[in-house]
Amino acid sequence: MIYAIASGKGGTGKTTVTASLAALWDRPVTAVDLDVEEPNLHLFLNPELTGEVQALMEVPVVDPARCLLCGQCAAFCQFKALSVMGKTLLIFPEMCHGCGGCLLLCPEKALNPGGRELGQIVSGSFRAGRAETSPFLMGRLRVGEAMSPPLMRQVKARLPEFGAADILIDSPPGVSCPAVNAVMDADCIVLVTEPTPFGLHDFRLAVEAFRPLGKPLGAVINRAGMGDGCVQDFCRAEAIPVWAEIPFSRAAAEAYSHGEVVARAVPQVRDTILALMERMQAAAAADSREACHA
Amino acid sequence: MHEVVVISGKGGTGKTSITAAFAHLASMRGGAMLCDLDVDAPDLHLLLGPDRQEEHDFHSGFEAVIDREKCVACGTCVDLCRFGAVRKPSGEDFAGYCIDPLRCEGCKVCAQFCPAEAIDFKEKHCGEWYASGTRFGPMIHAQLYPGQENSGRLVALLKKEARNRAERLGLSLMLCDGAPGIGCPVISSLSGASQAVIVTEPTPSGLHDLLRVAELCGHFRIPAGVVINKFDLNLQNSMDIENFCRERELAVLGLLPHDEVVVRAMVQAKCVTELPATPFSEALRTIWGQIVDFEPRAAARPALFQPTPNI
Repeated sequence: MIYAIASGKGGTGKTTVTASLAALWDRPVTAVDLDVEEPNLHLFLNPELTGEVQALMEVPVVDPARCLLCGQCAAFCQFKALSVMGKTLLIFPEMCHGCGGCLLLCPEKALNPGGRELGQIVSGSFRAGRAETSPFLMGRLRVGEAMSPPLMRQVKARLPEFGAADILIDSPPGVSCPAVNAVMDADCIVLVTEPTPFGLHDFRLAVEAFRPLGKPLGAVINRAGMGDGCVQDFCRAEAIPVWAEIPFSRAAAEAYSHGEVVARAVPQVRDTILALMERMQAAAAADSREACHA
Repeated sequence: MHEVVVISGKGGTGKTSITAAFAHLASMRGGAMLCDLDVDAPDLHLLLGPDRQEEHDFHSGFEAVIDREKCVACGTCVDLCRFGAVRKPSGEDFAGYCIDPLRCEGCKVCAQFCPAEAIDFKEKHCGEWYASGTRFGPMIHAQLYPGQENSGRLVALLKKEARNRAERLGLSLMLCDGAPGIGCPVISSLSGASQAVIVTEPTPSGLHDLLRVAELCGHFRIPAGVVINKFDLNLQNSMDIENFCRERELAVLGLLPHDEVVVRAMVQAKCVTELPATPFSEALRTIWGQIVDFEPRAAARPALFQPTPNI
């Protein structure tokens, strides 16, 4: 089963919840950080990092000896990554989305595949609930690279390596393409929010974005007790199950600030996270049973 | 035009609450053009209560749609799509090939190479943008529809609109609330900015993300200053952040204590500076003073890179 931990608003506690779940998970599990712009999960899980590979995206490279400057590639490219200027075909690799269309189209076979560095894929292992060591995987976007989904896709392509283990995905914030990319392959979505007007507003957007995916979805209300009751009211009205409420505590905030896994440092949070784990597992299992009967 | 963009790398460090307070403080001294560039999950309007005067549709990019009447089920599109966006028919209730709009990149490869010319390529309606008035001055903001892309292009559009209107209104200051992260919307929001204000917090993720977003500002030659929010949560980490900033010649604009006044103000849809003074709001006033007096020393430096929005 793949579980995505997501949120509309940033800083609501996705990484806190993901790290806590990973540390207590009672089945074989792989922890994956898909917040490739700002990956943080490793700061709390302290994995032993053993592998790092460059992630490249295919971009065109022109062979000037073959290019007749016909301009078909430039006319076709939806992302303005190629342009004929005078007697040169200019290529702007940073604009390329890697669709491969220009290479297919070129009548002279004057374009060859080259690579743009997207960032790194880092792998390692960490200590989870029962298992001695569990796999850890993260993407780290190169600073200056604008597109995160291509790197996220490459990280996700590595997941089958980890066999039948459950997968916990720490997702990027927001509800646009990077966030959707992180949750679209999940079997179950956990939305972390906080009971404030900002938290509610972005939670609504996230519900709107992720509910059409038709996957079991539940809320975690972090820092409960601060703000107001708006998120609880919304969940009730929309029939969204609240799988956990983590009360606001300075102890939790300080543990986080020391890089600790909050569920290990604060006993009450540990119980809440264990209950959350059971609810997530039950929701995902019920959904897959339903799919079998359908 | 002095163009200030508030960013953070890590989400939830307090960008929007701080930007709203800056908008209030700016309104007492000449005013500013306000702009919410977090088009994905915008929140600034919740504190500023804009009164929408204009609403515009935002169209950007395309998506492929298969016409099942024309489709000959040859599978060419499945083979060529690099994004796994074409779903193969399987099972009885699946009438034919179709495109998953969430995975479609809008590259047109399938439409171009379909031998039956069965694939339409339609422009996407991705969101809306607004020109509004607020109690602190004019505001440009937007809402990208959930799950949509091209937020970098929408950010670029908002900045262009905001600049034009600021010029028309004779405003010399533009104040922008940015998005978290370091990807396309953030790069786009830094384009043409005269100063970035990075809001961080004394946690491992706050520091880690500050390093990356500061590097991004350096990459694009945007002078950046740092605000350490909730500094008293972990004094050692706050000192480490200050030391890091000194090494990188990043100005530390100030430290803000962890204060529940931020949430109290948010619940009342107000800025912290509109409530009775607290140490938090006083520190914020001092920080704002440094931002308006900021001399864009790096502006004289030739820019080696100009950020280009992700198209």
